[in-house]
Amino acid sequence: MDIAQNVILTIMTAATPLLIAAIGELVVERSGVLNLGVEGMMVIGAVCGFAAAMITGSPWMGVVGGIVAGALLSLLFGFLTLSLATNQVATGLSLTLLGIGVSGLIGESFVGKAGIRLPSLNIPGLTEIPLVGKLLFGQDPIFYLSILLTAGTTWFLFRTRAGLTLRSIGDNHKSAHALGIPVIGYRYLAVMFGGGCAGLAGAHLSLVYTPQWVENMTAGRGWIALALVVFGSWRPWRVLAGAYLFGAVTIGQLHAQALGFGIPSQLLSSLPYLATIVVLVLISRDRRLTIINTPASLGQPFVPDR
Amino acid sequence: MTDATATTAASGTLLRVAGITKVFGTLKANDAVDLDVAPGEIHALLGENGAGKSTLVKMLFGSLQPDAGTIFWKEEPVAVANPMQARALGIGMVFQHFSLFDALTTAENIALSLDEATALSTIAERAKALGDAYGLPLDPNAVVGDLSVGERQRIEIIRCLLQKPELIILDEPTSVLTPQEAEKLFVTLDQLRGEGKSILYISHRLEEVQRICDRATVLRHGKVVAHCTPANETPASLASMMVGADVAAVQRTGAGSTGEPLLEIVDLVRHAASPFAVPLSGVSLTVRAGEVIGIAGVAGNGQGELFEALSGEVLQTTPGQVRLRGKDSGRLGISQRRRAGAAFVPEERLGHGAAPGMKLSENLLLSRHRTDGKAFLGPLGVIRSGAIARSTKRIVSDMDVRKSAEDPEAAALSGGNLQKFIIGRELDRKPAIMVVNQPTWGVDAGAAAHIRQALIELARSGSAVLVISQDLDELFEISDSIAVMHNGHLSAPVPIADATYEKIGLLMGGAEPGHAARDMEVQA
Repeated sequence: MDIAQNVILTIMTAATPLLIAAIGELVVERSGVLNLGVEGMMVIGAVCGFAAAMITGSPWMGVVGGIVAGALLSLLFGFLTLSLATNQVATGLSLTLLGIGVSGLIGESFVGKAGIRLPSLNIPGLTEIPLVGKLLFGQDPIFYLSILLTAGTTWFLFRTRAGLTLRSIGDNHKSAHALGIPVIGYRYLAVMFGGGCAGLAGAHLSLVYTPQWVENMTAGRGWIALALVVFGSWRPWRVLAGAYLFGAVTIGQLHAQALGFGIPSQLLSSLPYLATIVVLVLISRDRRLTIINTPASLGQPFVPDR
Repeated sequence: MTDATATTAASGTLLRVAGITKVFGTLKANDAVDLDVAPGEIHALLGENGAGKSTLVKMLFGSLQPDAGTIFWKEEPVAVANPMQARALGIGMVFQHFSLFDALTTAENIALSLDEATALSTIAERAKALGDAYGLPLDPNAVVGDLSVGERQRIEIIRCLLQKPELIILDEPTSVLTPQEAEKLFVTLDQLRGEGKSILYISHRLEEVQRICDRATVLRHGKVVAHCTPANETPASLASMMVGADVAAVQRTGAGSTGEPLLEIVDLVRHAASPFAVPLSGVSLTVRAGEVIGIAGVAGNGQGELFEALSGEVLQTTPGQVRLRGKDSGRLGISQRRRAGAAFVPEERLGHGAAPGMKLSENLLLSRHRTDGKAFLGPLGVIRSGAIARSTKRIVSDMDVRKSAEDPEAAALSGGNLQKFIIGRELDRKPAIMVVNQPTWGVDAGAAAHIRQALIELARSGSAVLVISQDLDELFEISDSIAVMHNGHLSAPVPIADATYEKIGLLMGGAEPGHAARDMEVQA
């Protein structure tokens, strides 16, 4: 039965970076900004997290390094799209290209080095409980953070005044401006939160998932996170469900490939994408709810009258 | 014309504006504007579209900053840096194009404008209590996108009142209401005045200004042209102050003769395409050659959906619902319908009726290359610029389009002039069927009269004209009969001889034609 626990554990570990990056992007998009640079911020978070851990010798400093790096890169995006009102799609795409390029440069001297793994939780007595001990009490700290992040984001968006304000900006930035809400200020904060989350997600890859630096190691996870936000109708718990589903099918198809059912591996590799899209399309069938949750001013540059 | 200053000196002014100037590029939107509002008065700010009314109130509310001049609040000079500061002073505003959030609930919308952090449930209760006190019922948990325009305005007013303002700015409040809803609003305004609150009432509707406003300030081209007491004026004198010249009345030449039916809508059904769209249920109407039929209704009752179905932007799945010149056309695309002799002018002129960044001649070609390809395109689809330039010139002179350059971009024209060009572009084809949505929305009086006259003349020359409008005055001026759209239903057309504002207003509010008489008795 421990096999089942270990499989579930790998699924959760695979899903965690997707979840964190997607929650960050969810907040950004709820404020009406579309940042397509998630992949770039993630990969920068991965390399800077790895570098910070190697230089200081502390994986915790690595986590901090990843978050700061992601947030700084998103600040560049914020300056371009919010202060200079550039096109968000083009800027986001270039941010990804920039992130991938710069991460290769920073990471050149770290390629092939053994990294430092962030220690998992270990509570004597609890972690050894059969079947569920490791799942509940033996995972890496970032996993617990990701669950807190999902719950916290839900609470923030739907239970606090600042969350309401953020949603109102995403719905109609002109009305928000007319009410005297500092649209650009809120958006800067949201964009930096998203950048920090993407950086943390990247650090999870290079400090927990596979503690090493490989060029382009995010391997498209930033794009999956972006898709999860849309298919999860901008709602945190749906995004979590999507991330775990994606993780489950990814791990499942790896096992299936190992067992060799004679199904072409290319088909199996595409399964996670197909399954996630199908399931999330099915849950977002209610068009009314989808439209109410979709930030109506998403991707539109905002230039206040002067 | 400054006869009312004596009364304000006695009671002191609540708000005084001295020499306010605002410049956008080369345009002086406000040029040394003076205005004062006394406590407990309803003060009208009159002017045509583009006269600078909205610019002025945006500065009072802190959304814009003046380039020169001073705002005095209770005789103290103040700088209103942002809307929050305006609210703190005691200035509330109800916007013309509502500043509500469609995806949020009524209570959430109200919460956003309150500066203190109050629990949503408390806000819902206070809003409901206040709504009952002023006769403005509302449902705190309804999603705003689902509400009618009248209901949205109630939210705006309640939201404004919750901040306990001393001055309430209302920007064109009745432009979206039925005559009956407007009556209720006037009662609320009267109650507010009775409580000593001041109201700055922006409008271009002279009748209501005369009815409810104590004093008026008239703006034209950004300048104050008069301070007056509306009760001492006539609608004609107010209009000439606003426009600066007498407006030519539209001539209705002869009664509509009933020729053959050119546009037939038979039991047209459309399901709602989005949660905020209105489904059409069994809309039927026939427009004959030689007549103008008007469709009245409060915005958002299915007029947009009907227009899309007629123009071919949305195709019908059931055959026989839209017939052009006797031919079933429900499944024809826009160009095919145009080739069949129909012309369409959508409501939104920039981005829908014309491409903003393209020149007038290019916009002409864009709408006509499929229907008049022979005239405008040479072999292999090469553009014949000479022919297009000649046609553009002809349209511009026929419709008296005023422009700054030889062939300017559509966005460079003022709203009224662009609308004249768009209407002219369609008239130039001499269409057998013309469908226009909001022909003169946001168009100044002179241009509006020109457009209306052109539509009447088109009908008299044997075409069928269908005009969708929220402006009842306009429909009464040009229509041979008026049908009313309410909640996706279209009433039977009422011949102009039998139509009264009251009758049409009741239909706009959703009364069944048979019940209209009874409702009137109840009201009386």
